[in-house]
Amino acid sequence: MKKVTALTLACLIAASLLLSGCSVRRDDTTAAGTNSSGSTKRVVNVCSWGEYIDEDLIDRFEEETGITVNYQTAESNEALYSLLKTGAGDYDVIVPSDYMIARLISEDMLAELNYDNIPNYALIDEQYKGLNFDPDNKYTVPYTWGTLGIIYNTSMVDEEITSWDAMFDSKYAGSVLMIRNSRDALAAALLDLGYSLNTTDEEEIRQAYALLSDAKSKGVYQGFVMDEVFQKMEGGNAAIAMYYAGDYLTMLENNEDLAFVIPEEGSNWFVDAMCVLKNAQHKEEAEAWINFIASTEANLANMDYIWYASPNAEALAEYPAYYEETYGEELDMGLYEIMAAPQEVLDRCEIYENLPAPVLTLYNDLWTELGI
Amino acid sequence: MKHKLSRFAIPYVVWMALFVVAPILLVVVYAFSSANGGFTLANFARMRTYTVVFTRSFKLAIIATAVCLLIGYPVSYMMSREGERFQRVAMVLIMLPMWMNFLLRTYSWMSILENNGLLNQFFQHIGLISLYNQIAARFAADPAAYVPITHFQMIGTPGAVVLGMVYNYLPFMILPIYSVIIKLDASLIEAARDLGASTVQVFRRVILPLSLPGVLSGITMVFVPSVSTFAISKMLGGGTEMLLGDLIEQQFLGGAYNPQLGAAISLVMMVIVVVCMVVMNRFGEGEEQAVML
Repeated sequence: MKKVTALTLACLIAASLLLSGCSVRRDDTTAAGTNSSGSTKRVVNVCSWGEYIDEDLIDRFEEETGITVNYQTAESNEALYSLLKTGAGDYDVIVPSDYMIARLISEDMLAELNYDNIPNYALIDEQYKGLNFDPDNKYTVPYTWGTLGIIYNTSMVDEEITSWDAMFDSKYAGSVLMIRNSRDALAAALLDLGYSLNTTDEEEIRQAYALLSDAKSKGVYQGFVMDEVFQKMEGGNAAIAMYYAGDYLTMLENNEDLAFVIPEEGSNWFVDAMCVLKNAQHKEEAEAWINFIASTEANLANMDYIWYASPNAEALAEYPAYYEETYGEELDMGLYEIMAAPQEVLDRCEIYENLPAPVLTLYNDLWTELGI
Repeated sequence: MKHKLSRFAIPYVVWMALFVVAPILLVVVYAFSSANGGFTLANFARMRTYTVVFTRSFKLAIIATAVCLLIGYPVSYMMSREGERFQRVAMVLIMLPMWMNFLLRTYSWMSILENNGLLNQFFQHIGLISLYNQIAARFAADPAAYVPITHFQMIGTPGAVVLGMVYNYLPFMILPIYSVIIKLDASLIEAARDLGASTVQVFRRVILPLSLPGVLSGITMVFVPSVSTFAISKMLGGGTEMLLGDLIEQQFLGGAYNPQLGAAISLVMMVIVVVCMVVMNRFGEGEEQAVML
């Protein structure tokens, strides 16, 4: 019996080791941060989102500078925050979204950047500088920006969707995918009720939660998803989902029936920006990486690969020409406007602000309650 | 066994201390502390809110374990009766899926069970769905108002979660049972036959009681990972019905960053599991009396 147990346990451990290896996408070089050989090997540890970079850029940067990049990914802003808090992530550069940047700054976790080492910062459009999360431009270099909206399958939905109502409508029971992220999910409900997505009014947030949980109990949601949304929407397994514009364009390549809309009630527009952690071991290398990624060339490559709009004014303007040159066909301007929403659309949208601690706790409690 | 601790055991003891005892102590410390480090019982006070999650997790894990036992025992038994070569091939086939990453396997189940997935397309193809619609429309209270289905809902149901657990953990049931049965002394079976026992009696009175240690070990191996799984429920259950594993994961990696509460939930879960195991092993010790089926 003992032997049997030991043998089976060994299998179990092997299986769990395999499982635990899943979060590291690309970690093929030396262990993060160590410099055991004593040589002059330079390293930068980057943590970003999945499918969020043209990986050729990593090789190009390594060749140009001789700095080794340990590129890792986190699932969401909240997961990244946990990784940082538990000290599990030993990163130099991170790419969080606006509201999380504000939270990290308020908790004194980010280092001030030396912009002298990042000359390409000048290429970033003024529109994405001095935003509420970093009003004095001390900590961040914008990486991408985009919008949140509703993606739907026109072969499964007969009407044209224009409102957040669709996310809570029992007419679509069983075929709606809600986003697995408290901030975005509650934002949809708040907007549908006509409130601001940055509200700190407990009553309004509770109403939004009620809308969400009511829809859940009526079986509207097939699931709460993050990256699984690609497989489900591309394969026609669900009709409606809320997700990011850039990812919609990726899905569209695999399923032509998909449409994207920013509902009339407005939505969220977000900026993801590169920051350096206060306790970063490789600050100089981190700034070199940020400068490289902020270049027009890198922004064009990224935009082409991940379909998120670039904050680099030159790259954004040049992209249609770049696309034509690369693919030999004209870029559909409709798609370009989904990627880089025009000003009149952005006017309807709000950027997330960091919420005060009691409201964050409320968000977390309600989110857990929703799962029960 | 009052040996002095052998030198060779030292690495194991160090390993256990570092990676088993220390983490459990950390869990206990965390569970009883508040966000700013003081002692508190508040984390446990919140536990009542999560009763539903506890019951749901234990229910699904018990079902999955029962299904594994119902499939695993006959398979192990039949296997042990076959020739050596058959056994070797069967063993490889059982182990084969485990060489693949657990997440990949579960992901494949997703595309099989989806509304527009392989299985539903197959049902569509062989006309099962239209057949179902015809029958259902006939028996519907108001046939005119009957809305035909386009697929069978499989993904996002508790059934899919149980399926995922059974698929992933079945080898952990088969292996221990098989290893015990294969080592049964054949002369015992011969003796039982000599004394006039029928095949059924031999199985009930001899083989089953003697294989009980394997069964108990199998149940532990399946039940424990099932009750704490989080990836399976997230992928196959659609994330709408939270299990304990999801709840704990959310405290550490999700929107709700609350490691103290996460540790408290883990601790309560561990205690319940240990109690279950102790009770079951008691039952196992008295196996001679216990198996009076």
